Amino acid sequence: MVKDQEFLKSKASYCLDLAKKMGATDASVTVGHSISETVNFRNKSLEASDRSDGLALSIETYLGKRRSSISSSNLLDENIKTLIEKCFETTKITPEDEFNSLPDKNLLAKQISSLNLYDETRFENDKKIKYLKDLEESASSDNQIINTESSFTENKSNFILANSDGFCDGYKTSSFAASCVTVAKDENSMERDYEFSSKRHLSDIKQATDLGNKAAKQTIRKLSPKKIGSEKISIIFDKRISKGMLSAFASAISASAIARGTSFLKDKINQQVFANSINVIDKPDIIKGMGSQNFDSEGVNSNTLQLIEDGILKNYLVDTYNGKKLNLKSNGRSGGTTNLYFEKGNISYEDLMKKNSRSLYITETIGHGSNLVTGDYSVGATGFLVEYGEFKYPVNEITIAGNFKDMFKNIILANDLEFEYSVNSPTMMIEGMTVAGK
Amino acid sequence: MSNFFNKSDLTRQDADKIVSETLNNCDDGELYLEESKSESILLDDNKIKSSNYSSDLGFGFRAISNEVVAYSYSNEISKDSLKNSSENLKSTLKSIKGTYNHEIPNSNKKFYKDINPIEQKTLDSKLEVLNKVNDFLRKKDGSVKQVTASFAGEQKSIEIIRSGGEVLTDVRPLIRFNVSVMLEKNGRKETGVYGIGGRQSYDDYLKNDNWKNVCEEAFRIASVNLESKPAPAGEMKVVLGPGWPAILIHEAIGHGLEGDFNRKKTSAFHDLMGEKVASEGVTIVDDGTIDNRRGSLTIDDEGTPTERTVLIENGILKNFMQDRHNARLMNTRSTGSGRRENYRHIVLPRMRNTMMLSGNQTQDEMIKSVDKGIFAVSFGGGQVDITSGKFVFNCTEAYEINNGKIGSPIKGATLIGDGPSILKEVSMVGNDMMLDPGIGTCGKAGQGVPVGVAQPSILIDKMTVGGTKL
Repeated sequence: MVKDQEFLKSKASYCLDLAKKMGATDASVTVGHSISETVNFRNKSLEASDRSDGLALSIETYLGKRRSSISSSNLLDENIKTLIEKCFETTKITPEDEFNSLPDKNLLAKQISSLNLYDETRFENDKKIKYLKDLEESASSDNQIINTESSFTENKSNFILANSDGFCDGYKTSSFAASCVTVAKDENSMERDYEFSSKRHLSDIKQATDLGNKAAKQTIRKLSPKKIGSEKISIIFDKRISKGMLSAFASAISASAIARGTSFLKDKINQQVFANSINVIDKPDIIKGMGSQNFDSEGVNSNTLQLIEDGILKNYLVDTYNGKKLNLKSNGRSGGTTNLYFEKGNISYEDLMKKNSRSLYITETIGHGSNLVTGDYSVGATGFLVEYGEFKYPVNEITIAGNFKDMFKNIILANDLEFEYSVNSPTMMIEGMTVAGK
Repeated sequence: MSNFFNKSDLTRQDADKIVSETLNNCDDGELYLEESKSESILLDDNKIKSSNYSSDLGFGFRAISNEVVAYSYSNEISKDSLKNSSENLKSTLKSIKGTYNHEIPNSNKKFYKDINPIEQKTLDSKLEVLNKVNDFLRKKDGSVKQVTASFAGEQKSIEIIRSGGEVLTDVRPLIRFNVSVMLEKNGRKETGVYGIGGRQSYDDYLKNDNWKNVCEEAFRIASVNLESKPAPAGEMKVVLGPGWPAILIHEAIGHGLEGDFNRKKTSAFHDLMGEKVASEGVTIVDDGTIDNRRGSLTIDDEGTPTERTVLIENGILKNFMQDRHNARLMNTRSTGSGRRENYRHIVLPRMRNTMMLSGNQTQDEMIKSVDKGIFAVSFGGGQVDITSGKFVFNCTEAYEINNGKIGSPIKGATLIGDGPSILKEVSMVGNDMMLDPGIGTCGKAGQGVPVGVAQPSILIDKMTVGGTKL
């Protein structure tokens, strides 16, 4: 059983009291406990089981404008005492930073509404095994599939965040995740693809057979790929890749990147950065949402933020420290975005596919090719050549490149948005990117 | 050395008894105890942005029978907690019986000292170095707009208890010093990053004001990039500089030669043992035994002493890297490559210091032989798709080559290639093998472990460069 609120609260207040007693002017502490159980299958038989049970503690102590932090997994009172002493000693010799402070009291979350983020259902390992058997049975039904690997993870967590201004709150969350990786082979090539489902509640997880079928289908269609020539071509990003554009955008508008001046979107507030049909929203209060939260990692209340409105940048993601640097109030985004999404576009998936006589449909990218300082983007890619809306043949060993500044202004979104993950995007088309191939 | 048995009601005798009784009917397994102390100190934007200290303690209990691995970890080292884990392992393996393999090689060699680098330098003197870095770079040139410098230090103590009471221990120091600088000139911004590190004390790396060299190198890379032009797009010849660019070897070849992917036949290399996979003259080893290197280990995380494993010899595939589990199932021996990020994770076969050995040509000869291509000096990071064999890495410092001469610097571009065939495209191997500066972390299945790489300059006849200029 995951530790209850009372246990975590007692540890948190022990830490705060001790820090205060030692002379800290302020302190904040997070105590968490998480239990997770995973079962792994491979080629229709049990391969591994993994159980983890972890406590975690992190404390920040302040002496005026001086701050330092410690973290530990050892919650014995004796150890906590030693660590807080060490933390406070370090605080004393750490230089002052005028922007260091606990969050503004008025911004702290006051009322916690239930977002239904916890499902107490226990999915016993025997049931996980049954689910994975069904999944791999369907994943391996085609004889081109030569290897299947799948896993089911159940996680239950609880945490308390407390600070010396009297904030003390936390809540339980759960997650269930099933995933499947399949390998297919023909006379020309061997390819891998995957499918997964991750939800707060067990009953929302995809059917085992659907997940297995989908993984297999996505893998088989990649067999016998060709390399294409180097050219400018319009690129369609599958949903699982298009959401990555949002993640890059979110990193570029974090108050930390803006304050440090290391973002290509610095000084772009109230300016056009996306095509004018684009709206980007970060919504923390979606019921059962994978990214939902009542408050951010500092206890600050988080409300829905419209980040992009008709293509114009309206908000940064602001935490207390960097907010003070930028003269902005925290908007509850210490720790980043919550449920981030593009509003759906107004063209259907089919019409987007047919928009050009020839385009490249990308299903996977590899490499860390996003430079958020310059906006330059260059990654390895795998996908399909599309002609008149039809998949012609699989393509691999190519790269796609451009600059986010131009790419964002040339985005066209389909109307097929779904809320599956904490970051969600419809299928996306960007014109004018460069493909490097043969 | 940590004493794991003075922290709670769990005695060594209890632990031995629970381990032996749990693993009695299994093929392999162990109790892995770990205590780590780590610190990170960051200067950014003219200020000490954070100083964090952490201590972590826990155990991971593993039981293996046939192909099934059962694992359970906890950060509470107590009798109850270990018994719970034992029950959990037994319930997974209840119907599968094995015979425990007690054999594990022994060695007295050690590749680093039992030091705690965190305690060997005072916080004050670390802060002083970071402030000096900041002042030095900001005074150096008006184009310097941002400076980030950091120290990261760690001491990890591990103890492995096997069935029958055999005990193996190791104490592993690790440090890293890193500098990143952003320049702005005529509205353009570029960053340069450089770092150093390994398994010695901070001062072993910082003596003779070596921090200045790190600053100069970061500044030089950023300055080069300020002048960079769009990179070309398409297939061309690529000359790789010595040292850190060997992450190409790590991505293109290394991962595909890890035992697990080959046992599962999901690696593009699984049926190529003994075959020619590289040009003649190409020899690649994975070596855990180089003194004080970031990827070196006295014993791996299963207790096996590490070694120098020849992966490819003169073009021929000779060995995969193995942990005990995959080695047993493939009827071979562990190469001391079983690693885990920490007690929260299962052991996987991983790389240590992966190196391509020197040949006898010069970098000059390589550049002169290229009509049109690029010269790649430094990289950010890479990634590979093991199954299709396709891999990428990102240039952070590269130049065009025109008619045998190095030309303008080019913008960061991704290079993509095919693992099983790329080494056949190597047409020259340099005489200038160099180790990387000690900064690599390899990610696999969500676990990061410190690694090293090394190579001489090499000429690759055909690779796709992912620029924007057609």
